[in-house]
Amino acid sequence: MSALAHMGGGGAPATAMPPKEPSGRSWLPYLLLLPGVLWLLVFFIYPLAQLFAVSLYSDYPDYPGYYYQDVNWHNYVRALTDFLPHFGRSMLYAGLATFFAFVLAYPLAYAMAFKAGKWRGIMMILVIAPFFTSFILRTIAWRQILADEGPVAWVLEHLHLLSFMPNGRITETWVAVVAGLTYNFLPFMVLPIYASLERADPRVIEAGGDLYANGFTTFRTVTLPMSMPGVIAGTLLTFIPAAGDYVNAELLGSDTGTKMVGNVIESQFFKVLGGYPIAAALSFSLMALILAMVFLYVRRYGTEELL
Amino acid sequence: MSTQTVGTAYRPSLGKRVQGWLAGRFAMIVAVLVLLYLFLPVFYTFIFSFNDYRKSNIEWRGFTLKHWANPCGAAGACDSLVTSLEIGLLSTLVATMLGTLVAFALVRHRFRGRGASNILVFVPMATPEIVLGASLLTIFVNGFTQLNGWFGTDLKLGFWTITIAHIMFCISFVVVSVKARLQSLDPRLEEAAQDLYAGPAETFWKITFPLVLPGIVGAALLAFSLSFDDFIITSFVSGNETTFPKFVYVSYLRGIPAQANVIGFSMFVIALALVIIGQIVGNARKK
Repeated sequence: MSALAHMGGGGAPATAMPPKEPSGRSWLPYLLLLPGVLWLLVFFIYPLAQLFAVSLYSDYPDYPGYYYQDVNWHNYVRALTDFLPHFGRSMLYAGLATFFAFVLAYPLAYAMAFKAGKWRGIMMILVIAPFFTSFILRTIAWRQILADEGPVAWVLEHLHLLSFMPNGRITETWVAVVAGLTYNFLPFMVLPIYASLERADPRVIEAGGDLYANGFTTFRTVTLPMSMPGVIAGTLLTFIPAAGDYVNAELLGSDTGTKMVGNVIESQFFKVLGGYPIAAALSFSLMALILAMVFLYVRRYGTEELL
Repeated sequence: MSTQTVGTAYRPSLGKRVQGWLAGRFAMIVAVLVLLYLFLPVFYTFIFSFNDYRKSNIEWRGFTLKHWANPCGAAGACDSLVTSLEIGLLSTLVATMLGTLVAFALVRHRFRGRGASNILVFVPMATPEIVLGASLLTIFVNGFTQLNGWFGTDLKLGFWTITIAHIMFCISFVVVSVKARLQSLDPRLEEAAQDLYAGPAETFWKITFPLVLPGIVGAALLAFSLSFDDFIITSFVSGNETTFPKFVYVSYLRGIPAQANVIGFSMFVIALALVIIGQIVGNARKK
């Protein structure tokens, strides 16, 4: 998992284009690429094309569960109207989780990069370590920790804060779902930010501190811009899986009102007879939405290293 | 008004003092709290592996060691663990090889289609797992229905479809991490080798490869942990096969046996030990 740390770090300073191939060896790069690219074409691109075809299927009105090939855009209309709240929730919950993960991850990454000293290696291991306990197991543990009789509810009740929670509880509310998403993808935020901060020269930040004489201004004008590649990689690595997740909403949310797009796709695929084309249309819409956001985001805050 | 101006002249401004305090302690305090937060459910899992529960492992009913004495006692727990380890090792091996070759091509060679290949590698990472799972399920089901119809075979979802899927989503992560390592290499080292009359093959095996190896090992570890802990894609393409995360998820409906806690926590300890040993060996090598 530590390899993830590279993602925010980018490559060497301004790597130029690789040198031209010596004549007669122009086939070599293609040979190196062939197996990996072939695998991605057959098991990534081709399945997406198939899924797109399925998203346009029509079903026989009298035989639920049977479809014929068609170009039926109505599936998309249905996917985006009937399940608009779920799309909204996915974006909102993933956005909130990304924000909270950033707020929690930045001080941790900052401390690791500049304050930890010899503890740096240990802290790095500690960030990665929880990954090795199955994430399903940890999410179920959260369900117990956030339960009505659990420790968190107990503490909040004694601080007279529990009534501020939706329905006066944590479990089976959006708070629990967002908390679970934040938790599960937090290391994906920490590692890239740490990697980009580690490269930053602490003297530059000190100079910024002398220049602006204000902690927040220094952070905003010096520290944050220097760590921007890591922040971008981290927010993407958090937002994308969070937006497509259904496990947290399933285990920590309620049966109504906190379901995300992932839950709908999963249930349309496996539990609803005749839901197959709708599930495909939903999947494709989700992917298109996320890809569009990613490309806009990457273009806006520009990082070639990701591409 | 004037007294205030005099006051601030004698001591640093509030902003400066806040900054000093922030820089001094705040980040480290938050960092420790965040680490505790990361570990909270792991502690919980550990503690409830000792729970002497009756039906479901939710309420604390007293201390027992019986689940640790018999970690395979729950039906299917250890089988699913073995399946996960097999799939993890196999997909790590294949994905690391394919991804490393792609990374070398992308960093070290200039060719037509390089940009397109970069995008092809990037897009799977920007695709939600549920979409990957759904699309793979589509081709497997359609493909198997046709093949079984033509050849009378009995292809179905299971071990191999999970492995194929895991290799697919691991490749991109391997490419990215090996690429980062390759890009950070100092090209002068290889030039020096060639100046000393090393041939291309000798330069590669004696200089380039050993320098890239830590990146490849890191990529393999990443691939293994992604595969071992994957649930969403696996749940789409697994059919009747059960991996460890799927075992936990499925048994959650009936109440998770404490053996799952034992196995989950043991994996945590084993991985932690391996990482720490790796770190120590790595540090010793540097010296």
